[in-house]
Amino acid sequence: MPTYRLSVNGESRSVTVSDPKQPLLYVLRNSLGLTGAKYGCGLGQCGACTVHIGGKAVRSCLVPVSSVGAKRITTIEGLGTPEAPHPVQAAFIAEQAAQCGYCVNGMVMTSAALLAQKPRATLGECKAALAGNLCRCGTQHRIERAVMRVSQGAGSKA
Amino acid sequence: MIAVANGGGALSRREFLKASGAAAGVLVIGAAIPRIALAQQRGGAEAAIGKTLDASEVDGFFAVHADGSVTLFSGKVDLGTGLRIAIPQMAAEELGIDVARIRIIEGDTGLTPDQGATAGSTGIMRGGVQIRQAAATAREALIGIAAQRLGRPAAELEAVNGEVRPRAGGAGLGFGELIGDKRFGLKLDAKAPLRDPSAYTMVGKPIKRPDVPAKVTGRHVYMQDFSVPGMLHGRVIRPSSVGAKLVSVDEASIRGIGNARVVRINDFVGVVADDEWDAIRAARALKATWTKEEGLVGDAGVRDWMRRGPFEADETLMKRGDARAALAAGKPLKASYYWPVQSHASMGPSCAVVDLRDGKAMVWSASQATHRLRGIVARLMQLPAEAVRVVYLDGAGCYGMNGHDDAAADAALLSRATGRPVRVQWMREDEHAWDPKGPPQLLDLEGTLTPDGRIGAWKTEMFLPRATASLPNVPLLGPAAAGIAQPMGISTGLISQNGNPPYAAPNVEVMVHWLKDAPLRPSNIRAPGKVANCFAVESFTDELAAAAGRDPVEFRLQGLGDARGIEVLKRTVALLGWQPRPSPAPTANGKGVAVGRGMAYMHYKNNETYVAVAMEVEVDRGSGAIRVKRLACAHDCGLVINADAVRAQIEGNLLQTLSRTLHEETKFDRSAVSSRDWSSYPILKFPEVPEMLIDVVDRPKEPPLGAGEAAATPVPAALANAVFDACGVRLRTAPFTRERVKAAMVAMATENKRKA
Ligand code: FES
Ligand code: FES
Repeated sequence: MPTYRLSVNGESRSVTVSDPKQPLLYVLRNSLGLTGAKYGCGLGQCGACTVHIGGKAVRSCLVPVSSVGAKRITTIEGLGTPEAPHPVQAAFIAEQAAQCGYCVNGMVMTSAALLAQKPRATLGECKAALAGNLCRCGTQHRIERAVMRVSQGAGSKA
Repeated sequence: MIAVANGGGALSRREFLKASGAAAGVLVIGAAIPRIALAQQRGGAEAAIGKTLDASEVDGFFAVHADGSVTLFSGKVDLGTGLRIAIPQMAAEELGIDVARIRIIEGDTGLTPDQGATAGSTGIMRGGVQIRQAAATAREALIGIAAQRLGRPAAELEAVNGEVRPRAGGAGLGFGELIGDKRFGLKLDAKAPLRDPSAYTMVGKPIKRPDVPAKVTGRHVYMQDFSVPGMLHGRVIRPSSVGAKLVSVDEASIRGIGNARVVRINDFVGVVADDEWDAIRAARALKATWTKEEGLVGDAGVRDWMRRGPFEADETLMKRGDARAALAAGKPLKASYYWPVQSHASMGPSCAVVDLRDGKAMVWSASQATHRLRGIVARLMQLPAEAVRVVYLDGAGCYGMNGHDDAAADAALLSRATGRPVRVQWMREDEHAWDPKGPPQLLDLEGTLTPDGRIGAWKTEMFLPRATASLPNVPLLGPAAAGIAQPMGISTGLISQNGNPPYAAPNVEVMVHWLKDAPLRPSNIRAPGKVANCFAVESFTDELAAAAGRDPVEFRLQGLGDARGIEVLKRTVALLGWQPRPSPAPTANGKGVAVGRGMAYMHYKNNETYVAVAMEVEVDRGSGAIRVKRLACAHDCGLVINADAVRAQIEGNLLQTLSRTLHEETKFDRSAVSSRDWSSYPILKFPEVPEMLIDVVDRPKEPPLGAGEAAATPVPAALANAVFDACGVRLRTAPFTRERVKAAMVAMATENKRKA
């Protein structure tokens, strides 16, 4: 069974899998105990499984573990903690931007990637960046407010 | 393969390992499998096992600990709604303790009283109110104990901040000192006085939900994230057509995929493996042959089928004056409205973990009805109810009964067959194709106007699949395939409510033709029945207003007597800056993008929450695309417990129902559902999210009502009315897809030409 060395949240982790095509999502959740990324569709349609690879938001349900190599993986757990949340996570808390919260991993990770690229993203850019992230509970409005809270506060903090 | 005879017992672990050819301890893949011990998950609440579960006992709901903190045992569960903070707020207020000192345990049949399913907007209205009364009883008891200890009359004492102290000042006694770790031994006192709402310090406040920080940092343990040691991953292979029989399974087709193996029980076929990915691969690879069934009506045939029956009964729900005679005497307006089959379409496919061994079952489930599920599992697995414990964990939002209970039955069957705990998570196509569906609805409306432009006569005739009376559960897929007897029937919820106009009319008749069956296995979906009923009633009200040449708001107000209803209606249209004029808009016959506004009103179940929705829309006459620009809602659910949680529920209701109205219909042919993912069953996306204007009316002197469903109901009619206002096209069939809007526009143009 193949073994891979992955860089996850700043740590080097070794994983052994039965199938090199196993999507990164299952490796993170089951082998590494990082259950923040969720299975929603396995088809790249919903965004629930989003993680950062090399700073980019990607759908971990579509990424074979064998393809990751040395690229740096960041999961939502690596972004921040309840005690020391990332600014995007803090904004989600401030806006209470989660109902069931099953989609929220994808929302936080996609927004964080957007804001890292474009710290002052507009509402239109936010909607466009999140267009592939689905939320069934109807929390989108709060999520937009959370992202805008960060992008509009960005000037003063910088 | 493990073949288990109909209803047969479990193989022992040793037999299982032998049968599967796997040696114990092999194939543990990866080192750090997340293991969340139950005790850790429940914060040590296991110690409370054995406590009373009696909902008529204070001890059923509360335990006061020596340190003065309180554990609250709630039969109602959060489901993402905010009950997790709102119910403790109600309890804290009545007890007189900071809400932060209350820990809540939800939906654990070993610990919490049965308060019924968390459904029908009853979480606060019934569950919370019951707990509030238990808290008031407890507070009076605490004051009584303190009165004795302090040697002062109870009337001179108050419970504040976790202690009972003299109103006049001076030292008090903490709750922990008064009763810490001892039982109250008291029945709920229906007469225990409630605090005066004007003195509330916690109820009504937008206190932040305790679970959000963990949710947004990936630490919240969802049902889908939960695991137990020694657990197998299971997947169930559903038949290629609904009702198909399993002809054969080629066990060799999964050979070499980890230690995956097949479990077959009659027509139930699943795979289990130590590794989840292996289970998924095996489920995909498994060659199973099914009979071909063609027993469904198909989505295109539902409407005709509903008119054809077979029917079970006709029922008259309301009769005032003589609507039929009045309609026959006049020139009635007639219209039919159709609402399609829809999926709950949860973001996370349903999941459960079951450990069924040695005549006992532990079930972890995101079911909205853990107590009901306990009885179901016990019945299906032929266990005494006491041998089954169901523990609630948050899943993805379910909005009614999705596949969670099915997943629990799947996991129970696989656990019994393997003698190991089994986790089953459905795949995306399982959830979309096989969750029990929101049933279709068809409504025929007729009405006349009086000479002065009011409603003269009104008749609603509904065609609805009838829920089997007191059916204890929705028949579950796994047990049905396994040939295990279960009460058969259909479940749809209270879907015939609100078929009446909420406005004055001398002659009204509301009746329903109850259908014996439904096109696909149905269950309750958010605001059961009332989304479609309000769509019909409030669209038709708009049609009558247009026929009368009246402004839709004025037309409604002239027939609305209820002051709270009038207020939400007025406040809603004020949010939008509504200018009175009849619909359609003067610009309705133009070209390009049409702009319009519409509104609808609902008094939920005729005796609960008042809500109105208004919106401003653009309709692209070229493509048929509808864009909602601004969405306004005023909402009166009586006493507001948590202002922000109510707002979140309203937002969710509005956006979810906008999605259901614009996009959603479960497609199926004679054999199977073809809407199996997010591209064949699209839902609302970010670019479609409108600006939202929400006005929450707080009525501290009124009882608290539900906020989980009501605001969903006026959305479709408000949208249809806005489209009519914009371009003169009346949409009577949901969803309002581009193709449908375009077709309606072409039909209107043809009709106008014919008339001209
Ligand atoms: S789970 Fe990866 S996009 Fe849906
Ligand atoms: S908060 Fe439930 S799916 Fe987004």
